[in-house]
Amino acid sequence: MPMIRDLANPTRFMSLSGALLPWVGGLAALLLAAGLYLVWFVAPADYQQGETVKIMYIHVPAAWLSLFFYMIMATSALGTLVWRHSLADVSQKAAAPIGAAFTFICLVTGSLWGKPMWGTYWQWDARLTSMLVMLLIYLGILALWRAIEEPNRAARAVSILTLVGAVNVPIVKFSVDWWNTLHQPASVFRIDGPTIHSSMLVPLLVMAVSFTLVGLALHLAGMRTEILRRRVRTLTILEAERLDAQAA
Amino acid sequence: MGTHAFFITLSYALTALVIAGLILRAVIDHRLQTRALTELEARGVSRRSRRG
Repeated sequence: MPMIRDLANPTRFMSLSGALLPWVGGLAALLLAAGLYLVWFVAPADYQQGETVKIMYIHVPAAWLSLFFYMIMATSALGTLVWRHSLADVSQKAAAPIGAAFTFICLVTGSLWGKPMWGTYWQWDARLTSMLVMLLIYLGILALWRAIEEPNRAARAVSILTLVGAVNVPIVKFSVDWWNTLHQPASVFRIDGPTIHSSMLVPLLVMAVSFTLVGLALHLAGMRTEILRRRVRTLTILEAERLDAQAA
Repeated sequence: MGTHAFFITLSYALTALVIAGLILRAVIDHRLQTRALTELEARGVSRRSRRG
């Protein structure tokens, strides 16, 4: 707990994240290069799908990160509502556009994968629809952040919306088990182990880790910028107050 | 890549575009906020200035 309290200090966070960010970003770039090499030059074509399976290596990590960033937002929302910590607000706000972007990537690449494999870009099946709902929730959260000017009030309103929207996370995850869907069931995170051959699983995991590191680097960078934005806002208000006092 | 090259290429191109957009947005936003903060501090505005 003392370590978390130390990190939760914005000044301490700026110092630590400033040192950490180049390493996370560098590692993300290295792993992404390794992942792309494995996907394009090592991983075999699928016996049924042929080379179209290459879309899986970006579609699946994007789907995981969509849920991952929503969980970061939901955890931060608890931090805002329960502990009222400003860094939790900052974390929520920085995570939203990243999560929305990965959800968008997941939907678009899924659609582009669906057309040659299923014969259609879109189907109102449970997994696809719940993922679209996830994107709409992300967009609603982004809109709410912009709609309320005072950061603390915005954070509380967004926290409630985020926690209500968290109901959709298990629906997305288990939709393929609960309903009879066109989308295939889970093939990596299963109780009986992955059903993908290691020649495809390894590149997929490398891409997933690299996407996660890209996302975390963007999240750290976004949090740092948001802290600066709040400092700018505070100082702008102080300057206006000072000018008012001088004029009076 | 066979007959489905269009779908594969477009998937990777769009993903690269979205991630590049996120990175660009992060860099530009950070620069803008850093510049704004520097300008405010150059004008002598600080949290301590409220007292004085």
